[in-house]
Amino acid sequence: MSADPSIPPAALSGEVRLPEKLADVEPVRSVRTPIRLEYDFIPGDASSGYLNAFADRKILGQRSPVDGAVFVPPRGVDPRHGAATPDYVELPDTGHVGGFCVTRLPIPGRDDLEIPYVSAWIHLDGADIGFLGLVAGIDTSEVRMGMRVRAVWKPDDELGRTAENILYWAPTGEPDIPVTAAGTNAWHAKQAAAGEQG
Amino acid sequence: MRDIAVVSVAQHQEKALTHTTEVELMVPIINEARGAVGLTQDDIGFTCSGSSDFLAGQAFSFVHTLDAVGAVPPISESHVEMDGAWALYEAWVKLQIGGVDTALVYSYGKSSPGSLRDVLSTQLDPYYLGPLWPDAFALAALQARIMLESGTVSERRLAEIAVRSLNGATDNPLAVRSSGEATIDSVLAEAPIADPLRPSDCAASADGGVAVVLAAGDRARELCERPAWIRGIDHRIDPHQPGVRDLNRAPSAQMAGANAGVSADRLDVAELAASFTTQEHILERELGLGNGTAVNASGGALAGHTMMAAGLMRIADAAAQIHDERADRVLGHAASGLFLQQNLVCVMEGE
Repeated sequence: MSADPSIPPAALSGEVRLPEKLADVEPVRSVRTPIRLEYDFIPGDASSGYLNAFADRKILGQRSPVDGAVFVPPRGVDPRHGAATPDYVELPDTGHVGGFCVTRLPIPGRDDLEIPYVSAWIHLDGADIGFLGLVAGIDTSEVRMGMRVRAVWKPDDELGRTAENILYWAPTGEPDIPVTAAGTNAWHAKQAAAGEQG
Repeated sequence: MRDIAVVSVAQHQEKALTHTTEVELMVPIINEARGAVGLTQDDIGFTCSGSSDFLAGQAFSFVHTLDAVGAVPPISESHVEMDGAWALYEAWVKLQIGGVDTALVYSYGKSSPGSLRDVLSTQLDPYYLGPLWPDAFALAALQARIMLESGTVSERRLAEIAVRSLNGATDNPLAVRSSGEATIDSVLAEAPIADPLRPSDCAASADGGVAVVLAAGDRARELCERPAWIRGIDHRIDPHQPGVRDLNRAPSAQMAGANAGVSADRLDVAELAASFTTQEHILERELGLGNGTAVNASGGALAGHTMMAAGLMRIADAAAQIHDERADRVLGHAASGLFLQQNLVCVMEGE
């Protein structure tokens, strides 16, 4: 043990020089150091409840204890306040498009997807926030914010404990929700009004 | 310098959280720490956390955990890819700068979904050490062999440290490994897992989380009957390349301890975040802990080591002993990196 740990070993105090025979060797330009780590992901209480319910064609959300706002998918917490959300709410498989985009690039691993496709923020009836889904069964140029949609499910014998049970969301043909009340617009307007009253 | 104190702590630890996400783990802990002093997130001036994506196996995992804090209205926040003790240091600096009087600090680790001994190998330099994949136990055993052959420590002394942890942890509900019956002989009879280290020489891996509330000056006195005032806090780092270090020593621990004023007065309690008995021995020597100090009476990190939180948990354990008047002057320690490369020392006092 060296007396003074702040003094480096003598071996490191001299200048480093390459031996003559290595003088003209091509320099190393890259080093490969593969890393592989495996994890058993644990979805937790809220996501487990959500995924299990899909096997019965059910969509579960959770209700905030602070103001009753309904979140889907459930995460076990109202992320605005850090408050636990133990109460589940069963939601219908109908709602509206709260926002969307038309994509003309393929998704790796999804060869089944026709290009262009529409990804949309689906706002279920009774939920205060939206979640992501595909919209199909309509020409991409016809998709609108506020358009009413319903889930198209896989056949019963193909249902699993997965959100993949919903193939896509198709228009219902009902009248549109006005844009001012579509997506989170209605919720934020309601919150702003509550704030002014409070 | 402002007077800054730990005014509230909350923590949870168990062997493996098999049905809980990091968010679900932290919601009750953060709410308990804030609630105990009557604060909501609106009352918190600064929030800082420590965690590692390598444990979660997920990029930006700490952003998810903000769900457990609540960021409406938007909060002033920061994160370190370090043990939460370093998040506490950042919050302490923020409070010293002024403008805020309270801070929430938290950290968590759930290593059970992966192989921690392999995950830890990713902290090695990627050119010379990393490709060889030496695991955490193998490297610690290499250090232990050097210490034993150099006469720095004896196997009996290591067993004494193991027994101190096993016995002490019997009264600690957060410990995941304890034994009232363990003796030096029973530990020495264990078959080594990475020669010369025996199972009781290696910290018991755990999942868990911890949250701490800091407050400055009169705000701390309002919130807490007996705040744990931070009288000294410092962190130092040794070189990353193990070859240039004397593995019998941890100069960064010695320097951090000196700068935190460890030896300025009698010390009742020291909580050390050592991952191995060998490292606990080094830390005791570097910090100059004497007979009057209860070292890791809780079992310390050996009795339950939550990666990324073990250090902040030590500070929380030590502060709690000031809060309920079991001690007057305490030390919380945190370590990070290979062979005690980084060390943080926090000295706290009651009034």
